[in-house]
Amino acid sequence: MRRALTAVAVFATAALAFAFLLLPIVALFTHQSLGALVHQLSNPVVTDALVVSAKTSAVAQAAILLFGTPTAYLIARRRFPGRALAITLVELPLVLPPAVAGVGLLVAFGRVGLLGSTFGALGIDVAFNQAAVVLAVAFVASPLYVRQAIASFEAVDANLVAASRTLGAGPERTFFRVVLPLARSGLAAGAALSLARGLGEFGATIMFAGSFQGVTQTLPLAIYAEFDSNFDVAVTISALLVIVTAAILLSLKLTALWPSSQRTSPSLFARLSSS
Amino acid sequence: MAELAAHFTLALRTFELELGLRTARTVALVGPSGAGKSSVLRAVAGLARPHAGRVALGEDVWFDADRGVFLSPDRRSVGLVFQEYALFPHMTVRRNVAYGGAARVDEYLERFRISHLADADPGRLSGGERQRVALARALARDPGVLLLDEPLSSLDTHTKAAVRVELQELLHEFALPTILVTHDYDDAAALADEVGVVVDGKLRQLAAPHELVANPADTFVASFTGANLLHGVAEPQSDELTLVRLESGERIYSTDRASGDVGVVVYPWEITVGRDHRADDSALNVVRGDVRSVVHVGSRVRVRIGPITAEVTAASADRLDLARGGRAVATFKATGTRLLPLAR
Repeated sequence: MRRALTAVAVFATAALAFAFLLLPIVALFTHQSLGALVHQLSNPVVTDALVVSAKTSAVAQAAILLFGTPTAYLIARRRFPGRALAITLVELPLVLPPAVAGVGLLVAFGRVGLLGSTFGALGIDVAFNQAAVVLAVAFVASPLYVRQAIASFEAVDANLVAASRTLGAGPERTFFRVVLPLARSGLAAGAALSLARGLGEFGATIMFAGSFQGVTQTLPLAIYAEFDSNFDVAVTISALLVIVTAAILLSLKLTALWPSSQRTSPSLFARLSSS
Repeated sequence: MAELAAHFTLALRTFELELGLRTARTVALVGPSGAGKSSVLRAVAGLARPHAGRVALGEDVWFDADRGVFLSPDRRSVGLVFQEYALFPHMTVRRNVAYGGAARVDEYLERFRISHLADADPGRLSGGERQRVALARALARDPGVLLLDEPLSSLDTHTKAAVRVELQELLHEFALPTILVTHDYDDAAALADEVGVVVDGKLRQLAAPHELVANPADTFVASFTGANLLHGVAEPQSDELTLVRLESGERIYSTDRASGDVGVVVYPWEITVGRDHRADDSALNVVRGDVRSVVHVGSRVRVRIGPITAEVTAASADRLDLARGGRAVATFKATGTRLLPLAR
């Protein structure tokens, strides 16, 4: 009897927890009729924000991959003094409050910032435009990719790299034919995480880039802007972001499943051969 | 045939590896784990950079500390077979073999009997198959030097015996300067023309296998190499015994089954030394001969009688009055012998 009661209590607790986590998401889709929700999607505020988010996220993500991948590879393969410090510094933006990141970016790259006059002399202006959005997103989201990339590169058996070299392949061929294919699923997971984080970026962006419709107003900034004036639009954008981020999460889960079922997997054999 | 000449000093974590060797044939480096044996291969392959010395294959200088020469691994003509084989898990067997040289892949798949596995995933292969793929991959590059890191240690006992014979044939066929690293003296003696004993990064002795047993440079080499290795031709008998006619004329019986060219392994401590063979002795093998050497190794004495080295206590040696030039009888049981196949 007591046992049955305990079981019921556990199930009830779990059900409550699930309901608590799911209810706000469900409410985003039930707040207005589905027809109204779809109709709101053609609202210029929504379409403008979607375009700004897509553009800045794509550029920021490309920059993260372009700069983050070699950085992660260097940190993963080399043992140098200060390596632990380097990793900590890379991780710092993860725990930094977004508002702090925004102020930091302003005093570094803004008109009155450290590099502001240098940039100004070169005719580059990065405050309150799309370049600023890209910088804010890259600053906040890159650690998620770089951290995961370091772990993925470290997991590639050093003997496989050595084997490639003794078989006549130089460092570049070794990287593209051995290291990259083996780290691929881990890198994809890191990229998905940083993309999701970048799409949701709010604090640093609003402080560093401002919120100008069609210029720097990303989807999260549009939610905030419409919150007082047109609440239904805010809800619509929120629902849209739920769908996009859920899709990213789903693809992430699928990437995580690949290693066990696909031939490209480093998993079992790499572990065997590195022991 | 180009000769591999390597002498260098390489700083390892706890000690310094210092080694010099020169060979056109197969050298086996044996020694306890952590002696620095694998680091020798890494230095020759260019995966580790020594701080002094020179490595060259014939006229090709790969490393010369004095002249500041250091070729990266991809510019050295080496085939390195890793201990755990290091096959690329994301490539098929065929693509693994083709990685270093795509020209004659089918020929090598055929030679190593892995044609039927060409499209297989390395992760699904047995230990013996993986090793054949790794050897094929290393040799398909047509290297000038072959380096084998513990080629037999990842295999189970059953596979090991067969693979050892295959390796012997392979080394003979390709006839490349080869360095192989093993912790098993029997494997070294069976596979190599010369065996080097490495301890704490130093080459204690480099000599032919029988020479190491007969004249160990120090007590470590003596205890490590231990066994007698006698060459002969085996003939299975009807009574569960194998008769081996030694090159020196003696007839040895063994409880191991074998036929053809074999190496008879007898440990010196399996051998009894006497002035005369006693009729009541159950030992089947009796070798009479001149005492060719008497070497004191700690409290024991190594006595060479004809082709055989026996080990007795210092007291027995005194009692028997063993001295160079005298006659003595070595006896040992058929059960105290092991037969190792040899390839011609």
